[in-house]
Amino acid sequence: MQEHTQLTQKQINDDLLRSVFTVPRWWPGSTLILLLIFIAGACAFGYMINKGLGVTGLNRPAYWGVYIVNFVFWIGISHAGIMVSAILRLTQAEWRRPITRAAEVLTVFSLTSALMAAPLTHVGRQWRVLYWVFPYDFARGVWPNVRSPFVWDPSAVMTYLIASTLFVLICLVPDLAIIRDRSKGLRKKIYSVLSLGWRGTPRQWKLQTVAGILLSALVLPVFASVHSIVSWDFAVQIGPEAWHSTIFAPYFIIGAIHSGVSAVATLMVVMVWAWGYKTYITPDHLDAIGRLLIVVAVTWFFFFFLEWIYALYTLEFGELAMRELQVFSWPYGALFILFLFTAFLIPVPMWLFRNIRRSYLWMFITTILVNIGMWLERFLIIVPGVIRRGELMFNWGTYHPSIIEILMVLATFGWMMFGLLVFSKIFPLVPLFDVKEGMVGRDEIKIGRRTVPASIRE
Amino acid sequence: MNSISNILNQQSILGLFSTEDSAADALDALSEAGFEPKEYEILTGTPYPEGTFGEEEPKHKLFRFPLIGAACGFIIGLGLTTATQLAYPVVTGGKPILSIPAMLIIMYEGTMLGAILMTVAGIVFESRLPRLFMGAYSPKITEGFIGVAVTSAPEKIQKAEEVLKKCGAEEITSGQDTTE
Repeated sequence: MQEHTQLTQKQINDDLLRSVFTVPRWWPGSTLILLLIFIAGACAFGYMINKGLGVTGLNRPAYWGVYIVNFVFWIGISHAGIMVSAILRLTQAEWRRPITRAAEVLTVFSLTSALMAAPLTHVGRQWRVLYWVFPYDFARGVWPNVRSPFVWDPSAVMTYLIASTLFVLICLVPDLAIIRDRSKGLRKKIYSVLSLGWRGTPRQWKLQTVAGILLSALVLPVFASVHSIVSWDFAVQIGPEAWHSTIFAPYFIIGAIHSGVSAVATLMVVMVWAWGYKTYITPDHLDAIGRLLIVVAVTWFFFFFLEWIYALYTLEFGELAMRELQVFSWPYGALFILFLFTAFLIPVPMWLFRNIRRSYLWMFITTILVNIGMWLERFLIIVPGVIRRGELMFNWGTYHPSIIEILMVLATFGWMMFGLLVFSKIFPLVPLFDVKEGMVGRDEIKIGRRTVPASIRE
Repeated sequence: MNSISNILNQQSILGLFSTEDSAADALDALSEAGFEPKEYEILTGTPYPEGTFGEEEPKHKLFRFPLIGAACGFIIGLGLTTATQLAYPVVTGGKPILSIPAMLIIMYEGTMLGAILMTVAGIVFESRLPRLFMGAYSPKITEGFIGVAVTSAPEKIQKAEEVLKKCGAEEITSGQDTTE
């Protein structure tokens, strides 16, 4: 870090709890709009339940459409929290401090969006999901088929959701104590219960520090399993040949990290613009995440390249037909070009420039582009895969998402952002104790004729 | 009975310090004045490196929790996958009823879930939370002051107050905490 700002604990509390104790002018209107978007999606969902899946664009053979695209997309975004929080925590990267909580909360809400996207909307008969997944229906004697990826999937996603939520809650306790100490009346009583009687003893701090590291280490293997299992939904099923790829698991994971870390960068900029955290999220932080994004994006592109090479080198009919559909047919060809430019060709060369990496506006634009591209990537894997005319097929067609599907896709975006805004009103989005800990070990040291900022740790 | 009544009769006092050095001096002075380490504790609004105030290193057994949780999760995962397949035995392609690779995936998730749940339980338990009574505490601690809380017999509290004052306590509060 190049910048050195030394703040007192009171200043940090004042700055970072402003969103909890006051209502920003933009907050009610934005929250209401997002809630309305979510309600519109919920109404569309109700209509679909009433009328059946016929109101969507899904058909034979396009059984999988934007619901599954959205599911994979949100699972990808959810990898943000763990990548930024757990890995940077384990490697003791100083610049993680102001952004870990936002990244973890992004994980939690994007996972709930993912659950809305697939199990809730896609399956058709939602009321049957429970006994497809959980072995509870003792009267029937019919149990979940553990050989199916659709049972592996919920077990991984639910584990990840529970782990991420608990991770957020455990790391919140010291900050809840600060809100408790600053509150009065009913709010004080509520935060007293939530903070569990936290006092800040050395024992509690030690456990908090160990908890961060231990939970990071435990969530990381879950993080790797979740997107691997999502990729196996495609790779192990009897379906499109182009999905039978051994590279799918790592390819999906790195794609998830690419979109997830980009989403964190977008959120960092939004936190500066909306909540005014400019003192805490500085151009140095954007610079650091920009460098990380270059590495992640290039690695992702390498896997993307390998996936294509393996597909083309075999010269198998199914693979070639699918690639032809992806690249040379309308509208997929145009979407493929848009995907390539937005996910890689525009943002990565731009991130090579320091001024771009340190610009809030440019980082916002480029990281939004990445997520447009990564949504399209999932669309281009799924839709051309299912609509391709295969052997012994008795009907085939194309796929256009209906307004019902579009409303429900928008609802997942509305829900995630609504959740973040409501969270920011109840809990601090920046971990106060983590920022304060960074301040304790921060100083300026003189080397020769220069004074440089330094972070000291054990 | 005597020891219980001694605990019930104990009083608390809290001294607030603005610098790490003065708080560390207060702990040294309390020790020199004959107070046991269990009679005083340091309260801060931010984590400091261990031993900053010369306090004893807290011991914990947190690392046992994830191991126990992982073992329980593994057994539950194994039981669920085995029982559900045996309860509805469908032979697929002449293969064995128990599909080990598929079971491994759910057992893995069960193991990790068990480890994580027990770790969280362990963190709460080892942090001695939830705490129903705050004891000597001040909201100024989360604003940057460093608190030295002394809990001892009533006859020793006067002495503790003198020590805290001498070491530069900016504010001394006695009795129960001021947040409740």
